Amino acid sequence: MTLRRLLYLIPVLVFAGIGIGLALGLTRDPSILPSVLIGKSVPQFELPPVAGLDRPGLSSADLKGQAVLVNVFASWCVPCRAEQPLLLRLADSGVPIYGINYKDKPDQVDAWLGELGNPFKRIGADRSGRVAIDWGVYGVPETFVIDADGRIRHKFVGPLMPQDVDQTLLPMLAKLNG
Amino acid sequence: MARGRDRSGGRGGSEALIPEIGHYALVLALGLALIQSSLPLWGAARNDFGLMELARTTAIGQFLCLTLAFGALIQAFAVSDFSVRLVADNSYSGNPLIYKIAAAWGNHEGSLVLWVWILALYGMGVAVFGRNLPAPFRARVLAVQGLIGTGFLAFMLFTSNPFLRLDPAPADGQGFNPILQDPALAAHPPMLYTGYVGLSMAYAFAIAALIEGRVDASWARWVRPWTLAAWCCLSFGIALGSYWAYYELGWGGWWFWDPVENASFMPWLAATALLHSALVVEKRASLKSWTILLAILAFSLSLLGTFLVRSGVLTSVHAFAIDPARGVFILALLAVAIGGSLALYAWRAPQLQAGGLFAPVSREGGLLLNNLLLATACATVFLGTLYPLLLEALGGPKISVGPPYFDATFAPLMVPLLIALPAGAMLAWKRGDLAGVLGRLKAAFAITAIVAIAEIVLAGGRGVLAAGGMALAVWVVAGSLVELAGRVQLLRGPLRQSWQRAKGLPRSAYSMTLAHIGVGVVVAGITASSAWRGEAILVMQPGDTTTLAGYSFKLDGIADHQGPNYVARRATFEITKNSRPVATLTPERRFYPVEQQSTSEAGIDTGFWRDLYVVLGDPAKGAKAGADAHAVRIYYNPLVMWIWGGVAIMGVAGLWSLTDRRHRVGAPTGARARLAAAAARA
Repeated sequence: MTLRRLLYLIPVLVFAGIGIGLALGLTRDPSILPSVLIGKSVPQFELPPVAGLDRPGLSSADLKGQAVLVNVFASWCVPCRAEQPLLLRLADSGVPIYGINYKDKPDQVDAWLGELGNPFKRIGADRSGRVAIDWGVYGVPETFVIDADGRIRHKFVGPLMPQDVDQTLLPMLAKLNG
Repeated sequence: MARGRDRSGGRGGSEALIPEIGHYALVLALGLALIQSSLPLWGAARNDFGLMELARTTAIGQFLCLTLAFGALIQAFAVSDFSVRLVADNSYSGNPLIYKIAAAWGNHEGSLVLWVWILALYGMGVAVFGRNLPAPFRARVLAVQGLIGTGFLAFMLFTSNPFLRLDPAPADGQGFNPILQDPALAAHPPMLYTGYVGLSMAYAFAIAALIEGRVDASWARWVRPWTLAAWCCLSFGIALGSYWAYYELGWGGWWFWDPVENASFMPWLAATALLHSALVVEKRASLKSWTILLAILAFSLSLLGTFLVRSGVLTSVHAFAIDPARGVFILALLAVAIGGSLALYAWRAPQLQAGGLFAPVSREGGLLLNNLLLATACATVFLGTLYPLLLEALGGPKISVGPPYFDATFAPLMVPLLIALPAGAMLAWKRGDLAGVLGRLKAAFAITAIVAIAEIVLAGGRGVLAAGGMALAVWVVAGSLVELAGRVQLLRGPLRQSWQRAKGLPRSAYSMTLAHIGVGVVVAGITASSAWRGEAILVMQPGDTTTLAGYSFKLDGIADHQGPNYVARRATFEITKNSRPVATLTPERRFYPVEQQSTSEAGIDTGFWRDLYVVLGDPAKGAKAGADAHAVRIYYNPLVMWIWGGVAIMGVAGLWSLTDRRHRVGAPTGARARLAAAAARA
């Protein structure tokens, strides 16, 4: 009889387990997509400059020597517009930012950067999107932190937020440069 | 929060206050729900008739308040009152009126209003039509409904208020997600919610029965029509959503095992099991505590679905309003509603009186097998949906579980279910004669074997799996017809006698046959459309022709097209078979400037035997200058309409069964019904 009573406890116990799991799940951010490339060297690539812009192109060789940000962006991407002021502020404070311009048209990039400002030291034009595939890009914008050895240390999916910069990005850069 | 001054420019003062009226109606509904969930319970415990009756008054009052609130919200959307934040975020003045109104529930806050409104509608249904329920039982059922309403109204008012104002009001709204601007999707949430929320009735009946410690045949008769109604709506809702995914998402697929789809499918599986097990309670007073558990689980899974969609633990194509604060609130709601009811179950269910015994081979045994397989299927879907989440919560890696898992686990569980279905439906209660039943199924078995062999021969020995699937479909349909023929003793006596018997059969008998035929039709549709599907992906420019499955597709031209709130590139395909015209299809690529989104509209020629499905893709890169070349995807989907047709048959069968006199316990007519109710009370 007591054994039978225990049987009736199973559903509520199972639910308690699931509830705890869901509560823990709430503490996670579902938008964090870990990149398998973290800790690895950046893929080998060489991108030409965007035609008509006064910025040189970008290749894997440029990503050695100091910690830098690589931002994947496009002029047709609305969230990119949102994070642009933050990138400009970072660039003003001396953080080197390189851009990979994803599936875009040169004249539109030119107009876009003219309107919003240009935080990028170098911009590689990835018109076919092939290099972005090697980088494991899901969508634009994405921002990678690269250390002085050319290894990917972190990846932000979606537009950068002020708290990302303050809590994650700047401390990480300080550590990499320190 | 609510402020009473006129901020709407030229509009009249009283009209501008409508959102505030809706807001107050919500607060009032919360107050009524609090009363409904407390005093009647106390009254039922102390046998105070006045307090018990309060449940009915407050249920009706709550429904009226929520109708007012829901109406106010729809009004705000219909007239595009952008001073309401929800309208500004989710609508646009240039959208067609139907999508302005559908936008009212195409978002998190508005869909919650719809949710509680339907809940209150059911509550009022019990208050008005539940006159033959014993007063204490009715009071307890309504109190449980009131508790659910309290939780959701508090959730809405504290975390997701639909009536918050924006000051100053923007000149226009931000638009409504274009892929949701679709007739099927305007109807999908109301249908689905009527199903989800309808399961709260089964839940409330189960809790009330646990409190009273008594489950009997009359309990099963009360709970079954409500469950059946909810199940029908859930079936229609899921089918609408799946059909929408088929023609709108442009992949030619119709089910993706997406977490949000699974969230609606799990309650459906549980409700299907519940419909069958409640039969055993009704006829044989057996499987009582299992049926109670199913009733609790079916609604718990609906709640869990709500949690998954809205809390932000999962990201999915159609998850809206990702907000952890809401997640914490919903999790607390779940802990009370599910944890509380399961704890009550653990405490009270062992005291339920055990019912009639039965042999393993019997109708009861068959229904138990049905329940075991459906419950296991539900558990596998549950595991596949939540496993990645739980794994990650416990510090594991981030993984996703996709269609291969579900295909590999779900389908094998359905095979024995379908094999057993015709035999189970023919077994006698208590102790059945399996050999005799199989003997009577000889005709069905012969038809099935002929179809299977013919298919294998026609396919040249290939496609054994497809032949097996079609054989199962034929088996279920033929077996169901044989069962019906047996009931009316067709060909076993004069035809006139069979006709007399057929007229005497209750509607529920016919609807069972019809529902099972619907199952067979769905199986045939799924098998054919996945096994014999044809697909072509290529680059075409005007003048090009390609052939697929014997049909010839000619791209006539691509032109610009102006819609009410979008611009489009529209291609025209002429389809011919053996040089005879079949159809003209016009797939489009639409761009919605307000929402800054592109959508693809497939061109579909729907037929009884097959669908032809054409999608206009991106302009092709590297095409010659001046050439208007596009990527084009063409699908040939045999019997694909049978999937939704079969579900529709099942849903219609359920509705038909609801009109059976035996189910209309809610609306007793005449002295006999009153007598029956009195007997049930005794």
